[in-house]
Amino acid sequence: MAVVEIRGLTKHFGQVKAVDGVDLSIQEGELLVILGPSGCGKTTLMRSIAGLEQPTAGEVLIGGRVVNGLPPRARQVAMVFQSYALYPHMTVFNNIAFPLKAQGGMTTEARKEKVEWAASLLGVEHLLDRKPRQLSGGERQRVALCRALVREPTVLLLDEPLSNLDAKLRASARDELQRFQRRLGITTIFVTHDQVEAMGLGDRIAVMNQGKVRQIGTPQEIYHESGDTFVATFLGSPGMNLMEREDCLLGFRPEHFLPQEAAEGRHNLTTFSLKVTRIEYLGADRLVYGVVDSVAGETRTVAKLPSTVTLSIESGESYPFFVQKQHLRFFDKATGTRTEPNPL
Amino acid sequence: MASLRQRAKRIVVYGGVAFFCFFSASPFLWMLITMFKQDRDLYRAQNNPFLFNDPPTLDHLRLLFLETNYTAFLRNSVLIGVLVVIITLIIAIPAGYSLARLTGRWGERVGIGIFLVYLVPPTLLFIPLFRVVVALGLNNSVWSLVLVYPTISIPFSTWLLMGFFKAIPMDLEEAAMVDGYSRLMAFLKVVMPLSLSGVIAVVVFTFTLTLHEFIYALTFISSSAQRTISVGVPTELIRGDVFYWQSLMAGAAIVAIPIGIVYTFFLDRLVAGFTMGAVKG
Amino acid sequence: MQESAVYEVAGRARLRYLTDREGLLGPLFLMPAVVYIVALVGVPFFLAIAFSLSNVSVGDTSLNYVGLENFRTIIRTPQFERALINSVLFTVVAQAIIIVLANILALILSEDFRGKWVARMLIMLPWATPIALGTIGWLWLLDSKFSPIDWVLVNVGLLGPGTLLGPRNHMTFLGREELAMASVIVVHVWRMLPLSAVILLAGLTSIDRDLLDQAEVDGASFWRTLFQIKLPLILPIMSIALLFGIIFTFTDMTVVFVLTRGGPVYYTQVLPVWSFFKGIQGGALAEGAAVALFLFPVLLAVAILMLRAARRMEIT
Repeated sequence: MAVVEIRGLTKHFGQVKAVDGVDLSIQEGELLVILGPSGCGKTTLMRSIAGLEQPTAGEVLIGGRVVNGLPPRARQVAMVFQSYALYPHMTVFNNIAFPLKAQGGMTTEARKEKVEWAASLLGVEHLLDRKPRQLSGGERQRVALCRALVREPTVLLLDEPLSNLDAKLRASARDELQRFQRRLGITTIFVTHDQVEAMGLGDRIAVMNQGKVRQIGTPQEIYHESGDTFVATFLGSPGMNLMEREDCLLGFRPEHFLPQEAAEGRHNLTTFSLKVTRIEYLGADRLVYGVVDSVAGETRTVAKLPSTVTLSIESGESYPFFVQKQHLRFFDKATGTRTEPNPL
Repeated sequence: MASLRQRAKRIVVYGGVAFFCFFSASPFLWMLITMFKQDRDLYRAQNNPFLFNDPPTLDHLRLLFLETNYTAFLRNSVLIGVLVVIITLIIAIPAGYSLARLTGRWGERVGIGIFLVYLVPPTLLFIPLFRVVVALGLNNSVWSLVLVYPTISIPFSTWLLMGFFKAIPMDLEEAAMVDGYSRLMAFLKVVMPLSLSGVIAVVVFTFTLTLHEFIYALTFISSSAQRTISVGVPTELIRGDVFYWQSLMAGAAIVAIPIGIVYTFFLDRLVAGFTMGAVKG
Repeated sequence: MQESAVYEVAGRARLRYLTDREGLLGPLFLMPAVVYIVALVGVPFFLAIAFSLSNVSVGDTSLNYVGLENFRTIIRTPQFERALINSVLFTVVAQAIIIVLANILALILSEDFRGKWVARMLIMLPWATPIALGTIGWLWLLDSKFSPIDWVLVNVGLLGPGTLLGPRNHMTFLGREELAMASVIVVHVWRMLPLSAVILLAGLTSIDRDLLDQAEVDGASFWRTLFQIKLPLILPIMSIALLFGIIFTFTDMTVVFVLTRGGPVYYTQVLPVWSFFKGIQGGALAEGAAVALFLFPVLLAVAILMLRAARRMEIT
């Protein structure tokens, strides 16, 4: 059953189309990641679900009910902001209790119990008497999550909640968040611009650009079977190589573009001559930048060689590189959408 | 449902705005109407005071400018204002910069001290200052006010400018010093041009402050021709029980309304000064 | 040998680089302001204390120490009690009204509406214009014979023979004790409200937008957001506005001087005006200074509270 359903959602700010006709449905217990570059409309989409923005057109359904025009408090949603938005004048306890108080109809005892339950979920019981400014970044994030969960919302909305943490903490917070979401089985929408975060967390990922959803699918689907050139080049670091052909665009990922020496035991190869211009050593990998001749002249192309490929490569030289045919992707030249493989 | 709430909210907002505008502006509205009224219109209690029951007249403006010292008040006020602005800028700009950049921890304390001086009201000091002014032979002269007004304007201006200078990135001055300017020249060539709007705000506030001031002007000056607008209008145009109402209103409105309008442009700076820079207005 | 040559160059250079030395420029820049303030605020302040302990007057300028004699004389005067009570009463009542109205006004001004700029200007007028001139406007509005307020009251049937406020046709606002006091308070409110409101408005607009969105998502109603989020968050700024209001009202002499001159009789007398009448018009500088010094404890308290509020703002 779809917990959240979005139909033809459009939001304009003056001339700017922040969200431009989005359809989405999120299943019970699912963790959906909305991924896109900054300014793609992902935060506006999320705020429209929360009820903080009124859509220009389209419908938002939560639990099968159209909630357009309803204020946030009537929607049974909870949200964690990028800044965590902890009320600075309240203790952690009062921060977590705030949504319960707003809801009303609860004894002080029951409320206390509920707050303690939420705090125990994330292990912040010992912080309840502190003020937000006395907390570390990671603690703030947990408290914000507690406050979001304490009402047991139908949907949990997370707006880049990890981006204020330092890199090391972010990895462990990501892991914790996912285990936690699985355990509670709470339907979650997670907005981020970080593809590693998206790939690591999402049951499904919706890739957005310029107000539109470009593709929805599991991390494997959107990475390996990218629906168009935007998704193909946005995902992966570096993104997919694109090369012009007479009738289509040819794409392949840098890690599938390997020197001839590594071809042993592989079949169905397409080979190119890569003129190397620059090499980056990244420890585990080596990035080889160069150009390949195509119909459009020289095309910049990147290869990502694992450290197991030990071949020495000099810039300025040309080397034969190959791609296995199963790793080639084809896109329409005009629209950029995926097309069926053409015989080469 | 939402639109109903929205509409109710709009009614409350516009109603509130109308109420507060009326409360604030009505005395001035009053001045504008009254200054053009004929005596027999004004002094009939049955007449609707909101309308011109008799045709408007410029007689009272004529009286104000030709038969009273009003033009002398204006001249005095402007002269005092300009001189005090100059003194304030000369003293407050370096002081503000010094507190913002050149002095460390102890500078901050001096800064707070200077801010607290702003809280010392003229009503506490006017009697001893009167003696000082007399001793200097400045009583009954506009120069007494030129000397004393900077005690009010310097603390506030120093504080305001300090906030302004602090907001300018240090990098800019450091770049200028690396490029071959001295510390002093970096301030003059880089910081000053960037602080122009702050300096203008200080000019406006200092000038209006000299126009607002009442107690010192009332205490130090007793001859009519030396008075300022603030004191001259209420004391000269009320002769015992005789009130020259229309001229009185004209004398107040001509000064009050333009100042009010100019002042509004610099409100945000003023708020930043009052809240000690904790809030950017 | 080489070394001493280097030193010599450095010595000369040091002179040339005088304008680069912060340790020198700092105090140098600050000096004029400090000297000015010490000479014309610090010295007069101690002079005020000296005066209050002497028998100096306009006629006889010699300072003869008389101890607390002036204070004793003042306290025995019936006017003193009235002026002290009035000063406190006017300040407290006016500030209580202002803080409520200023919050409402700030909330209204934080909304979007047409003509905001003009509204803001009209609302600021009372603070922006010289108070002596603004009070003149009120003098006419409250006139004993020709008050437009009377005219409105008469015409809506609230004033005049046989009506609620009747039987006379005039309120004579400034001629009756309670009404004169209320008038003074209203003019103080009118004058200070704009400043308090814009300070609070600045506080409201500086609240992190996320916090308000969060409160909305958390399900808080308008009133809950107002009383549990907005007001607590602007509390430090509100206290600053309040403290400025207290100072400006408590030490003001213009409103009472222009509006009532302390009258009728001395019912609206306040300390600053009384100090002026005694010290300057009456020529008893010593007693005038002593009266003014009664303002000082309040100033001191406000200054201390102000510093505390500022520190609290830095923390949050």
